[in-house]
Amino acid sequence: MADSSESGGYPSSWKKAPFIKNNFLRWLLIVGGAIYLAAALGTMDIDIARIKEGLPRAQRFLDSFFPPNFADNRGVVWEGLAESIWMAIISTVAGIVLSVPIGLGAARNLAPAWVYLFCRGIIAASRTFPEIILAIFAVKLFGFGPFAGFIALSLGTIGFYAKLLAEDIENSSPSQAEAVKATGANWFQWINYSIQPQVMPRMIGLSIYRLDINFRESAVVGIVGGGGIGATLNTAFSRYEFDTAAAILLMIILIVMVLEYFSSFMRKWVQ
Amino acid sequence: MPTYSASTGESWKLRTSKEQWIRWFFWLVGIAIIMYAWQMISEKTIWFFVADAPNQAADIGARMYPPKWSYMDKLWKPVWDTINIATLGTIIAMVLAIPVAFAAARNTTPNIVVRSVALFIIVSSRSVNSLIWALILVFILGPGVLAGTIAIGLRSIGFCAKLIYESIEEIDHTQVEAIEATGANGPQKMIFGILPQVLPTIAGVGIYRWDINIRESTILGLVGAGGIGLQLNGSLNTLAWTQVSLILIVILVTVFISEWVSAKVRGAII
Repeated sequence: MADSSESGGYPSSWKKAPFIKNNFLRWLLIVGGAIYLAAALGTMDIDIARIKEGLPRAQRFLDSFFPPNFADNRGVVWEGLAESIWMAIISTVAGIVLSVPIGLGAARNLAPAWVYLFCRGIIAASRTFPEIILAIFAVKLFGFGPFAGFIALSLGTIGFYAKLLAEDIENSSPSQAEAVKATGANWFQWINYSIQPQVMPRMIGLSIYRLDINFRESAVVGIVGGGGIGATLNTAFSRYEFDTAAAILLMIILIVMVLEYFSSFMRKWVQ
Repeated sequence: MPTYSASTGESWKLRTSKEQWIRWFFWLVGIAIIMYAWQMISEKTIWFFVADAPNQAADIGARMYPPKWSYMDKLWKPVWDTINIATLGTIIAMVLAIPVAFAAARNTTPNIVVRSVALFIIVSSRSVNSLIWALILVFILGPGVLAGTIAIGLRSIGFCAKLIYESIEEIDHTQVEAIEATGANGPQKMIFGILPQVLPTIAGVGIYRWDINIRESTILGLVGAGGIGLQLNGSLNTLAWTQVSLILIVILVTVFISEWVSAKVRGAII
């Protein structure tokens, strides 16, 4: 707290202490930030004429979104949604099944150094690339359709789930692990009775959360040919059927909302 | 304690019979759903292509090696754009997310109508992927960095606002009361009583989201919204695989650096 008591007596006014104590560092950060912002905004090339041209277009565009058209193409939309849901379920399950060994290997307190580094490498690679890039390659390799989306989402799940599993295992209490080890348990029994009960509640919550993410992601892997509701949405956009697109977007929002309630309910129930 | 009778007398077991039956039933339902889902997916799969995948992978792998390093000259600008999209998008999102968060938190919301509007904003921003936002915005603003920035901004509002409002709901109320006791009015209470308590969360969330946004902004170019994705898309469409591998390496390095920066800054703040 910086006060203005120069003449001895009680301070009569109060000033908030600066967040960064070092004067030089503070000004360096402020000036540096301002220069960066100016430079970044400079590259935005905001084309006012283009935006002016775009605004009435935006008006027409948004108008054509309303009212959302749930009636036409209903069969296609339902089919796409169902495909997305199946894709999300199966890729969550497959991703988790693959994540468990990788997560065990990536926990520093369980694995030797070379296994640890190898598993951490897999996690880092999977986390770096967005699902969309994975999906582009999956489509190249496995052909169009939900199978490619399933592969991309499963690989994406590994980076997320294995990392959190490994961190949870590293944070688990070692005394329980020791107690189980003292009974003469072998490695699998040790994992199953000392580690697994500690991490399970959080992992169930996370798997539902990941199901939610995978459903949302399944809406975009379709744009590059990975099947699901994304493919339907992309078709609707490229056929200028914006009212159908609006209906699809609303359906996605609705399902995500339901999933979110479901997952918070499940997490409470598990804990 | 549930027990069962064995030849040696009563013995301990983990669960009662009823619990076991319920568990068994849930496993049955779960596995049935998974099998059905798998069947639906495999029905729509052309297995010939899947069987051919190893050949394809080897082929593409061979074409991608070695990365065309000379192409790097043309990648500096897109990388710079990508970082700008993420940074400016995060700033837009934070500016918009803080009022939304205050409107959504149970203890600061003015009334129930405002709260439900704020919650709806959060959910819809979270459920529509940034690629879809970009798809829509490219229609309106034309292709370019601006569409990407706004897409990232709109997409991030929900995430940031959700985490911030949860932390507003968990504040220590006695500090607000203390400020109130000095005769502070509503806005002063927020600025001096609530904001200092959630400021670390706000900073942490902003940096965390920036890290995620770097990753997301690498792909926005696929729909024409600027950044390195534009080059990726172009290279993929022209089958310039050596350029694709270089771009993937560049993305990898950028993401690693941003992750490192974000971890350092978060460590310094919190």
